[in-house]
Amino acid sequence: MERKTKLTAEEGKQELVVTREFDLPLELLFKAYEDPEIVEQWMGTKVLKLENHAHGGWQYETSDPKGNVVFRANGVIHEFVPQQRITRTFEMENTPFPVQLEFFEFESLSPETSRLVMKIVYKSVADRDQMLKLPFAQGINMAHNKLQEVVNKLK
Amino acid sequence: MNLRRDVFQAIADPTRRAILMLVASQSMTAGAIAANFDTARPTVSKHLSILTECELLEPEQSGREVIYHLNPKKMKEIADFIEPFRQLWEDRFNKLEAIMKNYKPKK
Repeated sequence: MERKTKLTAEEGKQELVVTREFDLPLELLFKAYEDPEIVEQWMGTKVLKLENHAHGGWQYETSDPKGNVVFRANGVIHEFVPQQRITRTFEMENTPFPVQLEFFEFESLSPETSRLVMKIVYKSVADRDQMLKLPFAQGINMAHNKLQEVVNKLK
Repeated sequence: MNLRRDVFQAIADPTRRAILMLVASQSMTAGAIAANFDTARPTVSKHLSILTECELLEPEQSGREVIYHLNPKKMKEIADFIEPFRQLWEDRFNKLEAIMKNYKPKK
């Protein structure tokens, strides 16, 4: 499978860079970050607040099918330059993870293609590594939970 | 709940890492593994059961002995531990791309 999304996490550095090229004009790529309704669709989360200007705030919330909130994150927008850049903080609520600083750079490659470079700076190297492991750990936990369900049915 | 083991917790322990290194070189019985350590046999057994729970080791009953094999698939998962993070963003971005390709501006 083609790997369009590149991840760079140099050892011992407290930053992470995610790069992705899109078959989309720059305007449409930026729109997907600007428009709360569209953000909800591709992030799979509810947008409680999205104030696209310097000093504006944002807050996203995800619930499970039963309506329990499983994820809530918020931050402050420091820079909002249409078709170019968004700089913001990101903090997961009710978790021990410290706030992180995010730089989104949007760039046009051709009239029909564009690139996003997302640079995330963490409080420490350990915090970055912990965050990187999260989807991996969740995957394992999910597998465990599924196994538990199967075992429970056997009882 | 306490039985649930995190693979990273498992490999955080130096003795368990040493066990993995040993078994990586060749499959071994519990006794042969324990003979390589000064620690008490029950302590080694405990480490072996944790590594087995995490599926890093695969036990095979052979007569009265248990032979431990390394599970290379699981080991590879650890080497690729950042892959699920990349995949998460790949999925999100694929979705973004698909949505925006069908996007019609509201007039």
